[in-house]
Amino acid sequence: MDRFSWSNGLLEINETLVIQQRGVRLYDGDDKAKLDVGVALLSTHRLIWRDVKNHECCIAMPLSQIIFFEEQAAGIGKRSVAKIVIHLYPVPANKEPGPYQHSKYPYIKLSFKEHGQIEFYRRLTEEMTQKRWESTSLSQPIPTGTSPQVGRKTHAVGIIGIERKIEQKRKETDKNISEAFEDLSKLMVKAKEMVELSRSIANKIKDKQGDITEDETIRFKSYLLSMGIADPVTRETHGSGTHYHLQLAKQLGDMLQAPLEERGGMMALTEVYCLVNRARGMELLSPEDLVNACKMFESLKLPLRLRVFDSGVMVVQLQSHSEEEMIASALDNVSDKGSLTAEEFAKLLGLSVLLSKERLLLAEKMGHLCRDDSVEGLRFYPNLF
Amino acid sequence: MSFEWPWQHSFPPFFTLQPNVDTRQKQLAAWCSLALTYCRHHKLYTLDVMEAQESPMFNNKKIERKLSMEAIQVVFEELRKKGNLEWLDKNKSRCLVMWRRPEEWGKLIYQWVSKNGMVNTVFTLYELSNGDDTEGEEFHGLEDWMLLRSLQALQAEGKAEIITMDDGKGVKFF
Repeated sequence: MDRFSWSNGLLEINETLVIQQRGVRLYDGDDKAKLDVGVALLSTHRLIWRDVKNHECCIAMPLSQIIFFEEQAAGIGKRSVAKIVIHLYPVPANKEPGPYQHSKYPYIKLSFKEHGQIEFYRRLTEEMTQKRWESTSLSQPIPTGTSPQVGRKTHAVGIIGIERKIEQKRKETDKNISEAFEDLSKLMVKAKEMVELSRSIANKIKDKQGDITEDETIRFKSYLLSMGIADPVTRETHGSGTHYHLQLAKQLGDMLQAPLEERGGMMALTEVYCLVNRARGMELLSPEDLVNACKMFESLKLPLRLRVFDSGVMVVQLQSHSEEEMIASALDNVSDKGSLTAEEFAKLLGLSVLLSKERLLLAEKMGHLCRDDSVEGLRFYPNLF
Repeated sequence: MSFEWPWQHSFPPFFTLQPNVDTRQKQLAAWCSLALTYCRHHKLYTLDVMEAQESPMFNNKKIERKLSMEAIQVVFEELRKKGNLEWLDKNKSRCLVMWRRPEEWGKLIYQWVSKNGMVNTVFTLYELSNGDDTEGEEFHGLEDWMLLRSLQALQAEGKAEIITMDDGKGVKFF
């Protein structure tokens, strides 16, 4: 409370009133000040307090005295009132005389008996952020403490300081991230160039097929494949493929015989993928490699075939597998039971539901079965039409 | 005489529009004949599509199957293409069912007329459809619009002429 000076309460030329609030009692630290309840006025330059009953009694304090301030919430009970606690710099040497000569507390409190502390606090925050008193000096010399020499940036105290630090940190993080991704975008540009280059070379190979030897072509294609770039040459001339796929196809031919026979001669490609990779343990196959290898079964005269259904489902089946037999047996099964759903059929045959549905659909397509679609599900009946 | 349902009516797949083209053709043919025989048995000349969906013809509660609205429209379209059905409105909610085509009716009527030696006589439409003489004939109770069309068909063949009288229409047979 010893930071206050007597004042006439009049605003100076450059000073503007920001907010005023009635019913404010001042506290010297934790003790009630020996003043009554009055009006607190906040201006751009000062914090002024005037006694309600005795207008002569008016004190003021420059805002530059404020280090920081905080809200103190009201407790429970009618008597408890919300307060603003203001921490202050030490008394400057040339301070004008005030109500207190000396105070043992470096802080004061404003107690808002008639509320209004939220708005007051907000305005005080604004004024403390803007520090308009620094830009427009008052006609009367007012002791301003140590603030003007110190630059704005290093005033890293109080909530404002914390907020500034957070903002700075965020900006730095932002910058770091953009720098990191700069490299990535550069990589993407390079990768695009690479793809273009390889594509142009592949086209040149296609045009000048005779000039480049088979060996080199195959080697180049294998490089392309290992980079994961689709090679138009291999697709069209599906007879030739890379050595890797050829070997792989042979290996699959050996490996899949037994499982296929167990499963009635047909397996979905997804099942094959799982089986093969589980058996390999390491050096797993990618789906593309598997499909490419399976496409070579026929050219290698292996007893397996890759087959694609209308619905897009891919299966590997034994060459000895005859579809007509399957359909005839499916018809028998359905006729026996009267009608079957895909699930029931799967259970009957030990097939996966997907494959059993494909078989039923094929039988329907051939006209041996007809369908019954209702809320109960899709059932197949022998075609009595 | 109660209506005899065809075997397909108790066959659940009958109520699902078959994707297989050949099967579908057979299915639709069966539906058309069922619809016509049902309407003929119950002497129905007009059908409201919404009501039809609930009628026992399209809805077999015993096997808990019924034709979807889409399928009903397909069946009706088939009937229309065959000349047995005519839409009464643009929204396709009501239709005329001609389980006998006008020409066929015309032929029956003319047969009766000539059998009874009533050629060259003038009849009112009411006499033909509701008269005591025609009771027992198949065309007894024929609805006016159908009767008119049948007579128009005969007129086109030159076997009759429709006359407009004071209180309605009449027809003379040749």
